Amino acid sequence: MSNTERFAKNCAGMENKLVEYLDGRAEAAERHLVEEHLAVCAVCRNRAEDFRALFGALEDLPMIMPSSAFDASLRARISVEPMRGGFWSSLPSPRLAFAVAALIAVSVWMASMPRIVDSDTTMTRVPAEADFSMIRDLPVLENYEVISKFDALSELPASPEDAAAGEMTNERAE
Amino acid sequence: MRVIYNVEAMARSDVQLMLDVKAGDERSFELLLRKYRIPLVNFLYRMVRDSAVAEDLAQEVFLRVYRARKDYAPSAKFTTWMFRIATNLALNSVRDNRHRQVEISMDQTVDVGDDERPVLEVPDHTPTVEQYLVARSRSEMILRAIHDLPEKQRAAVLLHKYQELDYDEIARILECSESALKSLLFRAYETLRTQLAPLLNSEKVSSITL
Repeated sequence: MSNTERFAKNCAGMENKLVEYLDGRAEAAERHLVEEHLAVCAVCRNRAEDFRALFGALEDLPMIMPSSAFDASLRARISVEPMRGGFWSSLPSPRLAFAVAALIAVSVWMASMPRIVDSDTTMTRVPAEADFSMIRDLPVLENYEVISKFDALSELPASPEDAAAGEMTNERAE
Repeated sequence: MRVIYNVEAMARSDVQLMLDVKAGDERSFELLLRKYRIPLVNFLYRMVRDSAVAEDLAQEVFLRVYRARKDYAPSAKFTTWMFRIATNLALNSVRDNRHRQVEISMDQTVDVGDDERPVLEVPDHTPTVEQYLVARSRSEMILRAIHDLPEKQRAAVLLHKYQELDYDEIARILECSESALKSLLFRAYETLRTQLAPLLNSEKVSSITL
């Protein structure tokens, strides 16, 4: 037995097809199935006729009109609505507030974490040549020649080892 | 003036009107109001069967649309969104009212006699239109039969028959699948068929004689 034949003998299948068929919104294939069933089923045919009559009877329900005060009353209700630009409306929405709060919390947590300083990275980031050129260009060091030949500075030992050797010489002389 | 409003409202899609409202154009909201206040009031009246409550709920729907204008995104049809708000408000109102009626009936000390409806001192909100409907027994019979349907079936019939919304729109409003909606409508119309059998027989007789 084909699907069409099975449907033709099955009244239960009409439950979600009959109304759509009667109001003319069923697709061609569905319409064909319903018509085949109605051709062989007197019960459903009778129901379909009653439904058509029912749809006609339901048209008889008269429309009511809103009262004359309807618009004025609605306008009055709208006029007491809080303005959008007020204080409360300037507050962020709960979703946005949550997102901002979460962002701040994560930032605080990250800031409170112990810092790991990678010395190698620092060294590579600031090479010695760059340091040197920066110092060389500083205006305060423009008179480098003068400073290096300053008398007081010339008395200073060249290195800590020289200083220690100098002290020992002085002690022996005394 | 009303004609001009309607023509203008028809010329621009609901989504465009709502986007204009979002941009601060109050007149577009006025156009939406004029376009939908009658369908909305009628839908709500048929849901709650009280014209004063229906008007109050319709205003609440427009108020919610207005409040939500800044966040409006055209992800669905405007009517789907609006009738979804309306349906939820109507269902809540019907449930609250039923709850209130149960409370009143438990406190009721007046002997209601043979009359099914309790005799209560309540303010009379019945407008002239409703009295007119009551006077028309045919309309009253239909209205009563629709109102006696389970809430979801009632909403489905009203949105399908009177608002003529697409199946996918109604399914979205009622938060069910299209297939479930079609079954829901079938069961609702089957119940109405039984309840309104006397009307249908006369309808069929008149169509045969014509």
